[in-house]
Amino acid sequence: MKRVFIQSVGSVSCQKTFDNSQFLDEIEIYEANVVPAIDPAYKDYIPPAAARRMAKGIKMGIVASKIALSDAGLDSVDAIITGTGMGCLVESEKFVSAIIDNKEEYLTPTSFIQSTHNTVGGQIALDLECKGYNFTYVHSSISFESALLDAQLQLAMEEAETILVGGVDELGAHTVKIHKLVHHIKAEMVSSARLLESNTEGAVFGEGANFFVLSNQKKEGAYAELLAVDILNTLDKEDLSQSMERFLATAELKVEDIDLLVMGNNGDVVFDTYYRELSDGLFSKIPQAYYKHLSGEFNTASSFGVWLASKILKFQQIPEDTKLNSITSSKLNRILLYNQYRGQNHSFVLLQKC
Amino acid sequence: MSDLKQELKAKIIEQLNLEDISVDTIADDDSLFGDGLGLDSIDALELIVMLDKDYGIKLLDPKEGRKIFESIEVMANYIAEHRTK
Repeated sequence: MKRVFIQSVGSVSCQKTFDNSQFLDEIEIYEANVVPAIDPAYKDYIPPAAARRMAKGIKMGIVASKIALSDAGLDSVDAIITGTGMGCLVESEKFVSAIIDNKEEYLTPTSFIQSTHNTVGGQIALDLECKGYNFTYVHSSISFESALLDAQLQLAMEEAETILVGGVDELGAHTVKIHKLVHHIKAEMVSSARLLESNTEGAVFGEGANFFVLSNQKKEGAYAELLAVDILNTLDKEDLSQSMERFLATAELKVEDIDLLVMGNNGDVVFDTYYRELSDGLFSKIPQAYYKHLSGEFNTASSFGVWLASKILKFQQIPEDTKLNSITSSKLNRILLYNQYRGQNHSFVLLQKC
Repeated sequence: MSDLKQELKAKIIEQLNLEDISVDTIADDDSLFGDGLGLDSIDALELIVMLDKDYGIKLLDPKEGRKIFESIEVMANYIAEHRTK
């Protein structure tokens, strides 16, 4: 079995992460309950003729993947694997609205073509002229981890040498409205700097795209080694610590071998209790960090977590604004990531300095 | 007729999301496809739906579109002659 390395990263998010020369040097603070991603100069990456039919999710995906490829010094890859919880939401909303508004008549092709979940992966492949394996995983908050696991297995089994893997989700006006109605989005505006103090139900929604070039060849400039990925659709809070220990044991590690725990706390008073189970229990003596106050919550927000952890391992520096506790460690060799959304679809990802 | 041409230009820009193009930059006799505005076959389908929805003109043979969508001038003349709404 080959080892798997994160060779490069590319990100478009609610922070200025599209500039890979920086690492959260300036933090954007929002007073909101829905935060759109900061637009890079799309024209620098996508010809206007092609961009005119693309909604934001596709453009973010293409830009993040191009940044990752450029960071890796590659023109193409052997495979493209995408994770998305909601797919191309804006075009889906447009197409379904047109069906209703026009009484199932006068349906135009563009929205339909661009509305499928695998549009992002397809457009990236067209852009790179990559005719290799192209797969999109759609599975709520473990969509990205499903893609990551597929890539890890293919690289470990030497079915590919380089794989572009990423997570992307965009905000859609109608979907936001529905999530507000069911209180999955916070009713009140919250300062992102005080997200975890909100003490209310729901999350602050965001959007973004985070792509990575994974390789089974360790090359100069690599960010991290991907040691293990695990996903669990259902998991009781009471079983979380034991599951985490079991996961670490598969990599022959214990809690004390972890130098940083990165968690997906989103400020939801009901479901952040899962994270507290680890932060107050098993990992109470381990440095901890979080990121959803920077990225917002979305089905593939955990890809931003992997982006953050990869940067931390490469630059050996934890941004102050991401620290959850004041515990420090003399080394930063291994990072464990844990994420879940509304008590379901839990993921564990283990990265190591390389 | 002049109003219809302006209306068509605005609709094409909006519906086909033509960035960096304004009503003033489209001449009445500019080619809509090829070297002109550079529209493609998907745009042609969008225009066929627009004719039906906004002007009550049903193009049963998509090949008809080749002639009708030659330019704003030709399109406006065709609509003026065949529109039912």
